[in-house]
Amino acid sequence: MPEAASQAARAEWMSVLAKADAGALAAAFDALGLAPEFDWLRRPEIGAVMVQGRAGGTGAPFNLGEMTVTRCALKLADGRVGHAYVPGRDREKARIAALCDALMQGAEADAVATAVLEPMRRAADDRRARLARKAAATRVDFFTMVRGEDK
Amino acid sequence: MYVAVKGGERAIGNAHAWLAESRRGDPALPELSTAQIRAKLALATARVMAEGSLYDPDLAALAIKQARGDLIEAIFLIRAYRTTLPRFGHSRPVETARMACIRRISAIFKDVPGGQILGPTFDYTHRLLEFRLLAEGDTPPAPEAQPLAPECPHVTGFLGREGLIQTEPAGEARPPDLTRAPLELPAERALRLQALARGDEGFLLGLAYSTQRGYGRNHPFVGELRVGMVAVVLDIPELGFAVEIAEIELTECETVNQFTGSKTEPAQFTRGYGLAFGHAERKAIAMALVDRALRWRELGEEDTGAPAQHEEFVLSHCDNIQASGFVEHIKLPHYVDFQSELELVRRLRRDAAAGSEAAAE
Repeated sequence: MPEAASQAARAEWMSVLAKADAGALAAAFDALGLAPEFDWLRRPEIGAVMVQGRAGGTGAPFNLGEMTVTRCALKLADGRVGHAYVPGRDREKARIAALCDALMQGAEADAVATAVLEPMRRAADDRRARLARKAAATRVDFFTMVRGEDK
Repeated sequence: MYVAVKGGERAIGNAHAWLAESRRGDPALPELSTAQIRAKLALATARVMAEGSLYDPDLAALAIKQARGDLIEAIFLIRAYRTTLPRFGHSRPVETARMACIRRISAIFKDVPGGQILGPTFDYTHRLLEFRLLAEGDTPPAPEAQPLAPECPHVTGFLGREGLIQTEPAGEARPPDLTRAPLELPAERALRLQALARGDEGFLLGLAYSTQRGYGRNHPFVGELRVGMVAVVLDIPELGFAVEIAEIELTECETVNQFTGSKTEPAQFTRGYGLAFGHAERKAIAMALVDRALRWRELGEEDTGAPAQHEEFVLSHCDNIQASGFVEHIKLPHYVDFQSELELVRRLRRDAAAGSEAAAE
């Protein structure tokens, strides 16, 4: 895979892992039955990321406020390195996300993609679609009253 | 001379024990879980995140529980916590044009592309108490319909295409950060927006109202108000690429304001901007009105002396943690300060009495 494409693919799966529900992610990963040995490169650490907005939505950036983020990095016995940046303060979720990131870079990629990433992607799509359908139901349909003086 | 006085440890300990008991409330009632606060008091949670300036619904819910529902106390707890966090970096500016909207309304165009989406709103409710909420009961799920447009373009974009509204000056400079450097005046707009975004909703609401009543009049329309989920994209230095690490809920308000033009610019509309964590539309609208009022200088408008136009006044007083810290500290012991005031008043009275006796002699 060319580097840009593989980077885009990795960014996408890291995003799916970051946005996954922690409980569902842990259950899916446990069900996979993979518990590889690893060394911490960076133990799970809780910190903040400053979220920026733009003046007027399109103009110059400004600092809106921070959000909590947990990050970690680990190395499998075969040298593959996994990174995780996940929202909130969940060290276990960060560990699982980093493990999945590492496993996705080798022989276990298909298994992790099928058992973990696919269901997480589907759940995110379902969440998004459900909100969109509820929003659509509150969309205003304007209609014009027939007024007497037009007759 | 400064005299230190000790004492009160037992009283303070017992007071805090009573506080904990009161917080728990009637033990016959089930404990209030933070998951319930997060899910059911979502708007309180949003306010604590916005003014605490830290997006974390779980922590905001915890703070609300700990503060017994006192939202400013909860905001204080969040502000104190956030100072303990290492900063991992800055997100890229969020793209609110790509928001997955649960609510999106425009007060200026009826037939706006993407439609008027009301979302879960209090608008058009009758503001009558719903006594059925006193009893527990299941609420039926809200109706669903087929979504039409996945993306809602910004309404101001339509005015911008015709040049009818002032364009926002672009820029990619790293904005100043109030959490890293003290407020300096005059403040550029980026700093003002940060201060307003974490400012007290009530204070901004009052100021926004004052502009409508004539103190710095600027004729606002809500061009657009939108609420929904927005992606947070972070550059990961150790990887050399960016990852969409989260989706957060934001409320954005863009006001469209009258502007008659100047010597160099034709008549066009101008803008005020509000953006806040969570579903916080009163906050976002008030922020947009105050933002617009503070832009009088760059737009060549008259300084009418209105409070909402006064940058130092607004920015120095909009933070409810600074404000409550200073206002409420006067309830803490000032025994020594007061003793000196008391001495002074007694002496003045003594001197005055002696003076009048001397005059009478």
